[in-house]
Amino acid sequence: MPRVTTQNFFPASVLAVQNAQLQEALRRAGSGFDGARREAIEEVGQGSWDKWREEARQIKVHTLEHLDYYLELLAENVERAGGHVHFAKDAAQANAIVAELATSRRVKVAVKSKSMVSEELNLNEVLEENGVDVYETDLGEYIIQLAGETPSHLVAPALHKTKEEVAQLLHQKLGVPLTDDIEAMARVARDVLRDKFFQADLGISGANFLVAETGTLVIITNEGNGRLCTSAPPIHIGITGMEKVIPSLQDLAVFLRLLPRSATGQPLTSYVSMVSGPRRDGDEDGPEEFHLVLVDNGRSRLLADPDLRESLNCIRCGACLNICPVYQKVGGHAYGWVYPGPIGAVISPTLVGLKQAKDLPFASSLCGACREVCPVKINIPRMLLHQRHLLSESPDPAERSVTLSESLLARLFTIVMSKPTLLAAARKLVRLLARPWARNGTVRRAPLPPASRWTHQRDLPALPTRSFRDLWKQDLASSDRVTDGRDSDSGVSPTGSSEDPSPNRSEDG
Amino acid sequence: MGDPTLGCYDLSRLLPLGPAKPGLRRNVGITLARTEPIKVSLFATCIIDQLFPQVGASVVRVLRRMGVDVDFPPDQTCCGQPLYNAGFTRQARQLAQRVFSSFAESSYVVVPSGSCAAMMRVFYLDLFAGDQQNYARAQALSDKVYEFSEFLVRVLEVRDLGAVYSGTAAYHPSCHLLREVGEREAPELLLGQVADLNLVDLPQAESCCGFGGSFSVKYPHISEGMGADKADNVLATGAETLISCDMGCLMQIGGTLSRRGSDIKVRHLAQVLDGETR
Repeated sequence: MPRVTTQNFFPASVLAVQNAQLQEALRRAGSGFDGARREAIEEVGQGSWDKWREEARQIKVHTLEHLDYYLELLAENVERAGGHVHFAKDAAQANAIVAELATSRRVKVAVKSKSMVSEELNLNEVLEENGVDVYETDLGEYIIQLAGETPSHLVAPALHKTKEEVAQLLHQKLGVPLTDDIEAMARVARDVLRDKFFQADLGISGANFLVAETGTLVIITNEGNGRLCTSAPPIHIGITGMEKVIPSLQDLAVFLRLLPRSATGQPLTSYVSMVSGPRRDGDEDGPEEFHLVLVDNGRSRLLADPDLRESLNCIRCGACLNICPVYQKVGGHAYGWVYPGPIGAVISPTLVGLKQAKDLPFASSLCGACREVCPVKINIPRMLLHQRHLLSESPDPAERSVTLSESLLARLFTIVMSKPTLLAAARKLVRLLARPWARNGTVRRAPLPPASRWTHQRDLPALPTRSFRDLWKQDLASSDRVTDGRDSDSGVSPTGSSEDPSPNRSEDG
Repeated sequence: MGDPTLGCYDLSRLLPLGPAKPGLRRNVGITLARTEPIKVSLFATCIIDQLFPQVGASVVRVLRRMGVDVDFPPDQTCCGQPLYNAGFTRQARQLAQRVFSSFAESSYVVVPSGSCAAMMRVFYLDLFAGDQQNYARAQALSDKVYEFSEFLVRVLEVRDLGAVYSGTAAYHPSCHLLREVGEREAPELLLGQVADLNLVDLPQAESCCGFGGSFSVKYPHISEGMGADKADNVLATGAETLISCDMGCLMQIGGTLSRRGSDIKVRHLAQVLDGETR
């Protein structure tokens, strides 16, 4: 497994928020993807869009319910087409399979098309250890490979970098002159990589979909690098998660409508490559050998959990990242593993260990925007709530991870809220204790957490003299007193009064 | 405004309402000829009860102006959402069961918060999914819970409450009202009829303000960043007032704006509808 730093979410997110360059990169990229997605949906109409989403969801649910059957069918058909299928239960096995294939065939140079699963396995490092030079050929992946970093977005791996940073990187690593022309930078990468495609002994790709009935691996790209990786070198290894299988080519249609539109707003990507086995007699190109490595690596744990299974519907479009206000603040790297954003917060804890990733389910305002944009209708907020429940009160101590102060606070809150008289008493006490910090109904600097964690950049209303239930008893309970206008002494005018703070003091003070 | 207690509500202010969105329940038991007032129990929410009592008072006044008979079951406290969101489902269930008892006799429960309404209508069902008896109680409650603006537009079928509010305002839709309660239109339909109110579009209106309950103090740096973006968008509108249906959001956005020294007012929808009447 690659370096997992999910446990450092908190400090990493603090640094991310303070990183001006990252904030600028996120700001520039943020609305672009989501705006394009919205336009693409508008073009087809929300009605059609929702129909496609439901159709895709049902295909995924059906396939996952019969995953054993479809994987077997897929393997049969890949082999019938002349390919080989390998099942890997974890990262170590998957890496060993690929390393063995590479060393036994004396591979020196490998070219790769974009694959998140290979990032999950840390495959590049393993291949380098086995004497293979690995070249990422997707422009974004190439950039982060040069920088020695990991992807920060499912679709745009170098999203965290501004074009100025990329120009600097190309200048330092390749000695090319500084430029701010994106096309010129792409040309530089293209020139370097063009040669590698023809030197390579091995092409590695991921897969967007695997079609069981035909044994076909489908990848969609915009740069054409995927097609070169899967056709120019003498060996092609496709490596992907076992949940990528769909039953038939007919089912593929709806996903090809949903994925590009959700990811980049395109009706279709520039390239849709379908690979069924190696080169056949009479073919002009194509690899001599084709291997498909199907990776579990924790996915069967997601499959076994009815509360989380739906997360395997994910087609990695990145729409939830583009809409997520938390991702837009902290970027991808803070999440500490290969899958960032809302979908990462759901799957990483199961794949790397819940305790190890205990911040991820909590670092969400549960706004639900991710569910709204998801092309396969994954109910992400509901799954985050489920994981919070496991972290706070799982009967299994291996899963539970709650601090003493948190559980005491929850207990205290429950007790206070279980009786209006206790609530009134607690209110009195808090009002008394908070008095020294309240000015004109506002607390600007609270002395203790959790209030102090609020007041760092936000004003906090102090508790007003009377609660609503006091008002009700004294002024409102008898309907005669309020039906005919308001009582000017009641302190309940819509604009507040001196004793009733509003969150905004300037008018009410 | 004429006699507000005549019959049920001022019939002249009724506008034909388009077909209800799927999933939204339209009340069928109320007819325009009805003379008995509708009885409503107010769930004030702990945040309004403790911090913004004047909002609760506005809710009561607006409902009464519409001829509704409002009561406040005194045993109510909190819906339990802070516990539920923190993963403490056992304790959340305890508070939910208190809510079941407090509102067992009510025919309508009106909640002046999209978030608390979502808890009571949607999340209670999840909370008791494995407990038949309590699930039935959750379902019974869920069927009669309405968020404040939703109740006015979908049940009372009113849009124009005769309110006057002078100035320019922007409306922030809260996430739970939009995406859990599923109410996108009611607040703006109501605001559209307020005299003298110039309602302007809020950029990126549907993105979260960053409150998120305990999220706001558990990850303050992220919450503050989200609040700052929202505040920037509010300031960009030039509005003098920001209106919403959730005091949590308004505490977050208002607290951010006032710390910046802005004099933009934040108001619950009920406070605006409770303005001077014409």
